[in-house]
Amino acid sequence: MVNLSFSIGGLAFKNPILTASGTFGYGGEFDDFIDVSKLGGIIVKGTSLEPREGNPYPRMAETPSGMLNAVGLQNKGIDYFESEIYPNVVKYDTNVIINVNGSTIDDYVALTERINLLEGIPAIELNISCPNVKKGGMVFGINPDSARDVVRAVRKVCKKKMIVKLSPNVTDIVAFAKIVEEEGADAISLINTLLGMAVDVKRMKPSLSTITGGLSGPAIKPVAVRMVWQVAKAVKIPVIGLGGITCANDALEFFLAGASAVQIGTYSFIDPTISITILEGVNNYLESKGFTDIKDIIGYINR
Amino acid sequence: MKRLEILKVLENKRLNEDTYLIVLGSKQQLPKMLPGQFVQIKVENKNIFLRRPISIHDVDYAGNNFSMLVQVVGEGTRSMSQLSPGSAVDVVFPLGNSFSIPLTGEKPLLIGGGVGIAPLKFLAKQLVNNGFKPDILLGFREVKRVICYEEFIEIGKVFVTTEDGSLGIKGYVTEHPVLVSGEYDRVFCCGPEAMMRAVASKCKENGIKCEVSLENLMGCGIGACLCCVVDTVNGNTCTCTDGPVFNIDQLKW
Repeated sequence: MVNLSFSIGGLAFKNPILTASGTFGYGGEFDDFIDVSKLGGIIVKGTSLEPREGNPYPRMAETPSGMLNAVGLQNKGIDYFESEIYPNVVKYDTNVIINVNGSTIDDYVALTERINLLEGIPAIELNISCPNVKKGGMVFGINPDSARDVVRAVRKVCKKKMIVKLSPNVTDIVAFAKIVEEEGADAISLINTLLGMAVDVKRMKPSLSTITGGLSGPAIKPVAVRMVWQVAKAVKIPVIGLGGITCANDALEFFLAGASAVQIGTYSFIDPTISITILEGVNNYLESKGFTDIKDIIGYINR
Repeated sequence: MKRLEILKVLENKRLNEDTYLIVLGSKQQLPKMLPGQFVQIKVENKNIFLRRPISIHDVDYAGNNFSMLVQVVGEGTRSMSQLSPGSAVDVVFPLGNSFSIPLTGEKPLLIGGGVGIAPLKFLAKQLVNNGFKPDILLGFREVKRVICYEEFIEIGKVFVTTEDGSLGIKGYVTEHPVLVSGEYDRVFCCGPEAMMRAVASKCKENGIKCEVSLENLMGCGIGACLCCVVDTVNGNTCTCTDGPVFNIDQLKW
């Protein structure tokens, strides 16, 4: 038996395969395909204090080895989450984590205070990296001072474990990771989508209604692995890697580069069973290499 | 229940210059599938990342197979059109909602444009099984592009329009007198968006209930990515899970 467990600030996860926010709905979308409870955790769709309609269609474009999206954090707000989603999602025997969004620091704080009251939610993922909203999101995550301000304000009120999700759209990712660590984050997840753009040549228009959007999928994996490697060397808190993972080998790249856990994102759209396939694949790899604990390979390439 | 399964191509028949009828078979019993639902096909082409949503054309439960119509519009559909019998296809299905069952005594008219006639065969058969006598109005650009005509005349009365008048009545489906004959209580429509909008507005003018099947760019097909939204009276709504079939009263057309 291989020990796959890890922990974030004392919160135990049975395995390091999580699903990324915005790619896994609220879990129920995948019930027909997999046993969601087998996962280490699920990070549910980005939630805000008030309902958000998101951006107009078209909000997606297929690109080489990936896709651009400009969903814009469409969600029905925390009231709806609490009454309609929460009772179902807490039935899963896994860590259910809410991805927290806001347009202002006050929004983030107020939402965090609401989530504090939800017993079945052990952690939040603070999203300061969504590229598809005009206010908030990535605006906080690409400026060191505002990143510090929002993480500090949320930490002050947050009674849950706090993961901060970083934007790759910065020059020095390590500087942001260190700020987030200094301000008391329990873990860092990276990377959110890379800001990108595509033009529809036939229609002679931008492919997305918002012109720019977030690039995800295998196209961004090398960038994600590089950033995870840089950040994992620079901070002491656990790093959760994501970006373009499509198979166990991809996940293993992140572990070997220093990630304590990974999130499966866009590829769940193509294969709704992929998270479980990767879980099994990682386990098999460790067994075949004779490792008894996944911790033995985390950051292995640095040895 | 939805599933991911590797199906086998049983048949791939070219119907006109760019449209193909592809039959996919399972080794297991098929799940219950509904008229209007679709499947997500994984295309084996390194340039294609996302699955391609394709309507279910007909279902043969006894033979554990179903068919779909694929019109070549890009690289993904081109790859699909080249699938040879015996090859394996990775499919997520069945997805989406379905056309509704009319009220007892209602007379339905099915309107299809081009490859958009795809979901109407399964629907027509289902309606007949439920005791309805649907009529079918099919629109094409020209006689060379007419597909599935023989399949439909076995099910109900068929009217045809072509834009150049090379078969049936000349013009668009909305110009066919049958639509405003007063004979129909309910229209089920699938085709190009411009056609569906025109049909919807005719139906509104004439007090006919109308459902349309929309086609949007899709990511996941299961309601997880929120990419395929349509602007409805209830706000942005996923075409893949709340659709693809919408009552026109829900749409801001």
